[in-house]
Amino acid sequence: MAEAHPVGFQWVAEAKARGAKLVHVDPRFTRTSAMADKHVHIRAGTDIALLGGLIRHVIENDMWFKEYVTHYTNAAHLVDEGYQDTEDLDGLFSGFDKDTGGYDNATWQYEKDPYEADGIAKDMTLQHPRSVFQILRRHYSRYTPEMVGNVTGIKTEDFLELAELIGKNSGRERTTVMAYALGWTQHSMGSQFIRTAAILQLLLGNMGRPGGGIMALRGHATIQGSSDIPTLFNLLPGYLPFPVAGKHDTLRDYLDDAVPKDQKGFWSNGDAYMVSLLKAWFGDDATEENDFGYQYLPRLTGAHGTYQTLMRMFDKSVDGYFVLGQNPAVGSANGRMQRLGMSNLKWMVVRDFQLIETATWWKEGPEIATGELKTEDIATEVFFMPAANHTEKAGTFTQTQRLVQWRHQAITPPGDARSELEFFYDLGVRLKEKLKDSTDPRDKPLQAMTWDYPVDEHGEPSAEAVLKEINGYYTTGPNAGKPVDNFNQYKADGSTAGGCWIYAGVYAGGINHAANRVPGKDQDEMAHQWAWAWPANRRILYNRASADLDGNPWSERKKLVWWDEEQEVWTGKDVPDFPIKRPPSTKTAHDTHGPDALAGDDPFIMQSDGKGWLFAPKGMNDGPMPTHFEPAESPVTNPLYPQQESPSRVLITSRGNQLAPAGDQPGAEVFPHVFTTYRLTEHQTAGGMSRFLPYLSELQPEMFVEVSQELAAEAGLEPYGWATIASPRGAIEAKVLVTQRMQPVVAGGKTVHQIGMPFHFGVGNQALVTGDSVNDLLGMTLDPNVYIQSAKAVACTIMPGRRPRGPALVKFVEDLREQAGITVLTGHRRLTFERDAETMEVSDPPTLTDPEPHTGE
Amino acid sequence: MVDFLERPGELMEAYGQDTERKGFFTDTSICIGCKACEVACKEWNQNPMKGDLEILGSSYDNTGSLGANTWRHVAFIEQGQEQIDKARESGARLVGLGMPAFGAPETREPNTTEDLGMPEFGSPGVRIKNKVDNPPNPDTPEFRWLMSSDVCKHCTYAGCLDVCPTGALYRTEYGTVVVQDDICNGCGTCVAGCPFGVIERRDTGTIHTKPDRVDSRYSMDVKHKGTAKKCTFCFDRMVDGQTPACAQTCPTQSIQYGGREEMVDNAKKRVTAMHEKGLTEARLYGANPNDGVGGIGSVFLLLDEPEVYGLPPDPQVPTKDLPKMYKKVGIAAAGMLAAAATAFLGARKK
Amino acid sequence: MARFSVLGWPVFRQAKSKDKLGRGPAVESPKYANMRPRTEDADKVVQSVCPYCAVGCGQRIYVKDDEVIHIEGDPDSPISRGRLCPKGAASEQLVNTPVRQKTILYRRPYGTDWEELDLETAMEMITERFLEARRNHWEDFDEHGSPVNRTMGIASLGGATIDNEENYLIKKLFSAAGAVQIENQARI
Repeated sequence: MAEAHPVGFQWVAEAKARGAKLVHVDPRFTRTSAMADKHVHIRAGTDIALLGGLIRHVIENDMWFKEYVTHYTNAAHLVDEGYQDTEDLDGLFSGFDKDTGGYDNATWQYEKDPYEADGIAKDMTLQHPRSVFQILRRHYSRYTPEMVGNVTGIKTEDFLELAELIGKNSGRERTTVMAYALGWTQHSMGSQFIRTAAILQLLLGNMGRPGGGIMALRGHATIQGSSDIPTLFNLLPGYLPFPVAGKHDTLRDYLDDAVPKDQKGFWSNGDAYMVSLLKAWFGDDATEENDFGYQYLPRLTGAHGTYQTLMRMFDKSVDGYFVLGQNPAVGSANGRMQRLGMSNLKWMVVRDFQLIETATWWKEGPEIATGELKTEDIATEVFFMPAANHTEKAGTFTQTQRLVQWRHQAITPPGDARSELEFFYDLGVRLKEKLKDSTDPRDKPLQAMTWDYPVDEHGEPSAEAVLKEINGYYTTGPNAGKPVDNFNQYKADGSTAGGCWIYAGVYAGGINHAANRVPGKDQDEMAHQWAWAWPANRRILYNRASADLDGNPWSERKKLVWWDEEQEVWTGKDVPDFPIKRPPSTKTAHDTHGPDALAGDDPFIMQSDGKGWLFAPKGMNDGPMPTHFEPAESPVTNPLYPQQESPSRVLITSRGNQLAPAGDQPGAEVFPHVFTTYRLTEHQTAGGMSRFLPYLSELQPEMFVEVSQELAAEAGLEPYGWATIASPRGAIEAKVLVTQRMQPVVAGGKTVHQIGMPFHFGVGNQALVTGDSVNDLLGMTLDPNVYIQSAKAVACTIMPGRRPRGPALVKFVEDLREQAGITVLTGHRRLTFERDAETMEVSDPPTLTDPEPHTGE
Repeated sequence: MVDFLERPGELMEAYGQDTERKGFFTDTSICIGCKACEVACKEWNQNPMKGDLEILGSSYDNTGSLGANTWRHVAFIEQGQEQIDKARESGARLVGLGMPAFGAPETREPNTTEDLGMPEFGSPGVRIKNKVDNPPNPDTPEFRWLMSSDVCKHCTYAGCLDVCPTGALYRTEYGTVVVQDDICNGCGTCVAGCPFGVIERRDTGTIHTKPDRVDSRYSMDVKHKGTAKKCTFCFDRMVDGQTPACAQTCPTQSIQYGGREEMVDNAKKRVTAMHEKGLTEARLYGANPNDGVGGIGSVFLLLDEPEVYGLPPDPQVPTKDLPKMYKKVGIAAAGMLAAAATAFLGARKK
Repeated sequence: MARFSVLGWPVFRQAKSKDKLGRGPAVESPKYANMRPRTEDADKVVQSVCPYCAVGCGQRIYVKDDEVIHIEGDPDSPISRGRLCPKGAASEQLVNTPVRQKTILYRRPYGTDWEELDLETAMEMITERFLEARRNHWEDFDEHGSPVNRTMGIASLGGATIDNEENYLIKKLFSAAGAVQIENQARI
């Protein structure tokens, strides 16, 4: 956090000055570690084992928060009789589909009990063997301190110190917060890493309370906003799922599946959110008769993420590619594939401030140097369109705590530079103009699309008008045209339009609340009058959990929101995240649904049962509870299960994306080390906003690799000399930093050397500082829930000296692959064990023999 | 007879304004090494980058040292357990030698004009009794990464100012030491006059990017070519009541700005607090009025010997002995006048 | 050079003040005696938000003659309290860096170098290519006969420094055009 979010770290520094303990868990000793009370060296990619060990420790040592867990989580819920755990199935859950790697979650469901108002069978003593609590306990029973040590490389005394610290710092009087960034997400099980942390925080009673929670430290100004109002294939604004062919053929199908009415909580009102979105997009053309234009929306037929799209480029199936303030030639996994993919496009539009590597790969990229691409043979047309920066346009960023902050425009953009707002508005106007007379039904959605935003004298559309549409407004009645005040005013009958229901209220009363700027010093610590947080300007989500069953704060010290007996309302320092007049004693009535069904002790109002989920009966594609598997191409054989890697990971099979052998398999010794990637304080992501700036470039001017003293001695690396680092995908060179900040760890009985490399550098002639890109070494092995790449624990080898030049570089990597015996199917076995029917012993499954590699080159 | 060593207090009085001496307190124990101070300083003062753009071989430090263009510089030091133990011992020894009563001092050496009460470096060590009673003895970590933002010291006896022949260097009404770029002729006398190696003569040309780049688009023209440059304490912000850019931007308040007395006081309190936790490696740097520069305006809390950070352990103002040589101020003034004239004529020829 | 009259020389001036040795007010040049912050010339100061990480630090943008002359932390922000990291502190260079590409460039198929294009031509070319790619890879139904109403010929990858309002228009336009391969740094 000190490294990548230095100004946010001021609050950690402040907490520390008041006596808070700071523990930093990281494979590297970073600037954050330097500030921490304790740094815990962990083997990259093993956080589920650590967190699972903490869960076990908290349960077995009775450190969990009993009232909280019993009533606010699903600990008491009973799970279906057919459910089988990884403990029963050697690393698999019931419902596994060998062919797809996915799961049928039918057996993960709660047991039904028609006598319970919410229909869920429960055991409030938490003793029933099929209660979530007991299932959880069994699931993590083998994550002992010794096992944690064997998997993660963390010394037992360090683990116990951490466990005691967290346990003792949680409860009525105290809370513990966890902060994470991409060290937890960029894994083939990234989503499950976060789930494990959530389970631990629920057990400790740290959710919905001040000083608690799990803080996602997002790396970009509005990466939160980019998910809220998503430019992501699988989402519509406000986390409504994007329609899927076959499942969501009609609006009714969609609503019944995605936002069913017969569940608890606010998702039950999803019909109002969806219909209002359709009204916002298709205006008068969206009527009850045509399902509000639902049929205008395109449909998904699987994952269409950025890596799947890349692979389609090789099939010549993608003609045009817009790259907007993004630098995939450097910043995406497997950089070589990214650049080769772009050479298969017909055209691309790059919008940026600088001639980033994604704009110049066709003449300055590494493949030109190796001879794999020749400029004069590349057919791709490239449009470079200069972009306006944050001072040259008005609009909102949503920062990491959901705070929507308005930026006022300071100056007009220079030259041809334009905002994305203006560029896309202009493109939309032109498309509509060209199609205005079309009778082709395919063009109807564009014709129907509302696109009438006021523009200023420079042609820039009004961002505030767009924000108003996002907020939502009435379409009919006396208030027609007026903004709604909150999402409860969204209606499913077409009388409201609204682009993103969770942002409803940001423009309440016709006032741009994102621009609220009452100075912090003139407010309390919640600072509600600085900008606006979704939803409803609430600063801490699920904050009803900050009060006990009776609605009183768990402690004076940790009070936030409480039930006011006299006024009969929820009140407090934050906007209560609960139906405001519902007493804490309320029980769920039979045959109720939606917000009405929420009982007084259902703080998790977006969950279909009102509870925090220790066990996820739905929503996760790779299991209801997190389980430690080794990262792809790990040098360690999984000490916990015969199943080596996540059986559900998404694999991309291609000659350009081959994997190293894992564990003790032959050839694994060719790529014996693990590297992890990271951001430096002095740079930003792929460098487009830092490597072109003199003041930042001089602070970290060259690509480097951080190695331990032990590895330097073993590999013959000279401090500040050159090293070549190679994976089965490529080879790069970097200056060597030999440092005690890197340490080998002992795991699975072997010493694992961990190597660190920043991901900011790229090859080109435009930036002030350049260098080989570590992302060229990454493979594309993805998380099955969110399709993020595994970037934090990757196999490599390292040797002194600079890498080969020209075609020799390609040969060099080929030779290494050959030496390791790598084929396109290496590392592709979903299941790494079979059970002998007679002896019941675990054995290796047969080798794959059916290659279907993607061309990829 | 006039003491040749100038005193900030007297000079500040000469302005006839009721200003207090300003200072920095750089608390290296909470520095996160982000280098925001380096950048904010350059941005405000419009200083060019350094042109090397090569890894220096000094952990995460790639600007190397203070100089004409870098007025805040962050050092990075990686240390193992043995060195940490030593630092803890050396810090405790400063205390053990009769120190520190972090409250009222009991005994003082003669000629001490100020209560120090702190572990401190430099010549005549002030020894104060009363140790912290039974301080805790925390485990020594296996490793630590020290970070420290260095800056011009704005000395009480400023060597650069003493030797400046043109009057370009002067003491402001805030007690800070500033080079006036419209007067400096780049003679470079001050460079040798600084016991900390802070002040440097700026290049006469353009800052180019590293030699293997043909691309000159990034070359930066320098302002005030060939003049001596160093931290001005953001004089142009200070006159407006603003905080210097480095202190303003510092995310963790590792760099504090305020009245120099308050800064010294804060520093002492912080050292006391750390010693009370058994973190005896903490010590003051630059708060001793009896050291060779009369104490500095930019005091530091260090976690090891000054040398570790590249700071002189016992800085001496080179002009300290001048009074012995110049018996009369008139001689000194005449000498300076001659030097000024020469320098001025030299400048005019350009 | 007028102020360098002999009588104005600091060494003469000093004799007249308490500053006997010429190290203080006696040698202060008019420039320094009248020093003001350069931001005092700003036409306006605009409140903004740092474009780097997601902490969302407040920035004050100092503007003169429609140019950014300085950016510093906004002390009013309860998030950042006036502080900025090195990236935030360098953001004036993000605006004013000499190498910023301010004009449209075009690389034609098999071309070996950039060419210039005017805005109107470039926008028309992009619009035409958009429609063509959309047509080329249009799909009405999937293999099971369910409607898909989409084109697979167009993809987009956006960074996460794109405003909410911009993302909204991007998502709206692409969805209405039938393009589904719309992605963001948030996935990476």
